[in-house]
Amino acid sequence: MEKIDVSIEHRHPPEPDGGKPHPNTCPKCGSHYREDELETNLRVCPHCAHHFPVTARTRIQQLADDGTFDEEGEDLRSDDPLEFFDLRPYTERLAEAELSTGLGEAMVIGGAAVEGLQCELAVMDFSFMGGSMGRVVGEKLARACDSAAERGVPLISVTASGGARMQEGILSLMQLPKTVCAVEDLHDAGGTMISVMTHPTTAGVLASFASLGDVIVAEPGALISFTGPRVVQQTTREKLPDDFGLAESNYRFGHVDAIVPRAELRPLLAKLLRIFGNAG
Amino acid sequence: MPGEAELRLREHLSRLSRMRLLGGARLSGELKRLQEQLERIAAEPTDEEIWARVKLARDEDRPYTMDYVARLVEDWIELHGDRLHADDPAMITGIGRFDSRSVVVIGNQKGRDIKERQRRNFGMAYPEGYRKAMRAMELADRHGFPIISLVDIPGAYPGVVAEQHGQGGAIARSQALMARLRVPVVACIIGEGGSGGAIATALADRVLMQENAIYTVISPEGCAAILWRDSAQAPKAAAAFKPDALHCLELGVVDSVVPEPAGGAQTNFDEAAMLLGASLQAALDELYDIGGDDLRRQRRAKFRAIGAVRAATRV
Repeated sequence: MEKIDVSIEHRHPPEPDGGKPHPNTCPKCGSHYREDELETNLRVCPHCAHHFPVTARTRIQQLADDGTFDEEGEDLRSDDPLEFFDLRPYTERLAEAELSTGLGEAMVIGGAAVEGLQCELAVMDFSFMGGSMGRVVGEKLARACDSAAERGVPLISVTASGGARMQEGILSLMQLPKTVCAVEDLHDAGGTMISVMTHPTTAGVLASFASLGDVIVAEPGALISFTGPRVVQQTTREKLPDDFGLAESNYRFGHVDAIVPRAELRPLLAKLLRIFGNAG
Repeated sequence: MPGEAELRLREHLSRLSRMRLLGGARLSGELKRLQEQLERIAAEPTDEEIWARVKLARDEDRPYTMDYVARLVEDWIELHGDRLHADDPAMITGIGRFDSRSVVVIGNQKGRDIKERQRRNFGMAYPEGYRKAMRAMELADRHGFPIISLVDIPGAYPGVVAEQHGQGGAIARSQALMARLRVPVVACIIGEGGSGGAIATALADRVLMQENAIYTVISPEGCAAILWRDSAQAPKAAAAFKPDALHCLELGVVDSVVPEPAGGAQTNFDEAAMLLGASLQAALDELYDIGGDDLRRQRRAKFRAIGAVRAATRV
């Protein structure tokens, strides 16, 4: 009788989608979960603690007290200032992203309460065009800064972004100084910004507002680098350390204040809001 | 299409024509040539012309920061080191006299020959370079010196050590410092304005751009590799994201275009320096009478308004 190697089956779970692993399969240990299992675990693998990606809406659900989130700027949509066309028109990519994510852009902003403490949230969504920052993301972050300053509450930004959006060309690069100026205006108004870097926080977003938090925390295993590992490897032919650009490496080199597992994020943010919120 | 951009250019040229030169002479001899350049610049560049600009911006014989400093800044003293760890030769900082005022100059520096190119890391700054620039900016702010920033960088260096030393955070904090300065700041893109590495020192009250410079969110090769999956498509990518001076002027990303000698800045360093000097002087003259708090408020408002979107509808 033929023996069945169960362990191998466990390590290579079913790949129904033509080679692409199922979104509920842990890419690190291969464990597979029902949707409700992942949801109750805040989309963290109970077996190996891998942090699955989280959409903006889910993140807000995880962080904000029920029913307190009051979205701002949801009507903002990108147009196509350069009439950009690569393999497909930019407008088509935008429409597709909106259809598949149900979001108008790669960032959702609004007022909320965390454990009863008021704050402003600016949460990015990597599934909308790689969380790339074009003019609307820049505008939303700037509005979130203003709203936080106006209401005298801290701003919590949760980033997940591949960087500036190429399809808006130089205007995307201009979102770096724009968001930096907005954060500086918030700081001048006595406001606070808390930056939560999740996988991945790279390039233009790392090189602008995300790095300007009064306190910066990162999720375990998140890639946090100005240039991604593939490009660094190709341009420099350097041997990359195993933990290149990861949150853990950034912590070691002094670029983030703490690495916070997802389950501890909400209590930590509440603590920070109690400390900084007094000023408002 | 010229419209507003052409008007701004004409206004700039007429200002140039009224201006005194460093030595006190007038620009009159250049005027005819400038008029010809106006016609050349004001025409919409074709895809081929855009790619030609990319090549000119990267021309190995193009004047670099130190070539302009030698021709425009008197009593020049270069300052070295970030006072933390290292001196980045890809970033020049220094003090001197420009237009009979004390100024701080910041600029990216590529190298002329292979040896210097390697020493200066092909102009690609490490975080140490941005910290050095920030040190010079703080010095300027303390002493009330205006700042001239010359931008010519393919991109911030993409290396392991650069990441470990905090490349992204250094670029962010350099911008944040510029947003806080209470002294006049004029930046000019004099070659390659390469992405985050460029904007790190370009958050200025006035941003100028030389006729054949480029200003990009990502290198044309990088963009082509990602979107076309083939870096040989760089000319196509460049045409798609329009990195040339006229388009940057039209999009409101730069305030004026600095003319170059016919054929490009590399053909005549002295003339290129004279034209750049006159533009820098004109831009600074507009800023001297504005108080520090107003300067920085206006600077922030300017960058917060570039490419602003209203509640737009998607078609």
